[in-house]
Amino acid sequence: MSTTVSQLDKVKEGPWSGGKSPWNLEYGKIMMWFFLVSDAFTFSAFLIYYGAQKYAQPTWIDADKIFQSIPGIAESGQPLVFVGIMTFILIMSSVTMVLAVEAGHRNSKQEVVKWMLWTILGGLMFVGCQAIEWSHLHHQGFWFGRNPATGLTDPNAIIEALQPYFTKEISYTAALQFSNLFFTITGFHGFHVSIGILLNIIVLCMTLNNTFENRGSYLMIEKVGLYWHFVDLVWVFVFTFFYLI
Amino acid sequence: MSNHDHIESHDAHAHGEGMDKKRIWSVFFILLALTALEFLIALGFVHHWGILHKGTMLNVIYIVLTLVKAFYIVAFFMHLKFEKSGFILTVGIVFLFIIYFIVLMMIEGGHLHDSFTHQPIFPHK
Repeated sequence: MSTTVSQLDKVKEGPWSGGKSPWNLEYGKIMMWFFLVSDAFTFSAFLIYYGAQKYAQPTWIDADKIFQSIPGIAESGQPLVFVGIMTFILIMSSVTMVLAVEAGHRNSKQEVVKWMLWTILGGLMFVGCQAIEWSHLHHQGFWFGRNPATGLTDPNAIIEALQPYFTKEISYTAALQFSNLFFTITGFHGFHVSIGILLNIIVLCMTLNNTFENRGSYLMIEKVGLYWHFVDLVWVFVFTFFYLI
Repeated sequence: MSNHDHIESHDAHAHGEGMDKKRIWSVFFILLALTALEFLIALGFVHHWGILHKGTMLNVIYIVLTLVKAFYIVAFFMHLKFEKSGFILTVGIVFLFIIYFIVLMMIEGGHLHDSFTHQPIFPHK
């Protein structure tokens, strides 16, 4: 008799009513984002703990005194220059990554290959710089669980070993905490960069194999790109909290 | 399967609108300028000319500049600005917990700082 449709039978048309993708994003991309959010939590926990330690200790290592060499150019007296170069390399490789993504949207295989190669080169240069930085600090006596005064017993020798790195009072504990946190956090970041390089190489090989061309979409470049930008993002924070503040 | 293809093509289309080459380079120059500003403050104003001194004020400046850089990376390079608002909210809102954690750890750090200052525990002094 009646042609009115009851409330229940009406086809719902909202974005969450089914039948369409509410975020208009591909599954793998959403999952990459969620992984990155969880990874951001890990890095936040590390950096917040570093901040809290620095805040709690009555004295702390002076960043300008510990990072002041440019390998192969100057042994001391140049704070921030080397890390500035590293920051520039990483930002630059992030730009070449977006350019690869952009080339992917135009299905231009050749350009994707070109920009991916630059990105991989940037990543390798960054990891290389980090290795130099690590070995420099290691030569000075910093490492996981040790600082330049570890193993010394004579109070004067301890003061002499730590004096160059402090502006305020000297603290063995603060130097040790700095050392542990520096190698843990930059190490974890360097590990992420290394994984990123590996992923970049894999998608480069897939591009060369025409995998994406046959698939008709370079979406995988975007997903790996998200990871790569995240690594750059983390470095922006590491740079501020370890080198500037 | 057809639905999947639809998402991909639509997605790619939206991307083309979001970031072209010109925009990529302009974001790069903003990031470069912000980093250069940080270096100018650290090497110039603090070290060379001694206009600014290390302290809370300077730290706030550095952190604000860092957050602006983070915004540009996440919004443009990671393309979050051009996603649906529901998705931005989903990945963004959880960082309230991080703010809460920072507050907690600062309170904890302040308390430890007080006890370390009043009861020195330097073992090698």
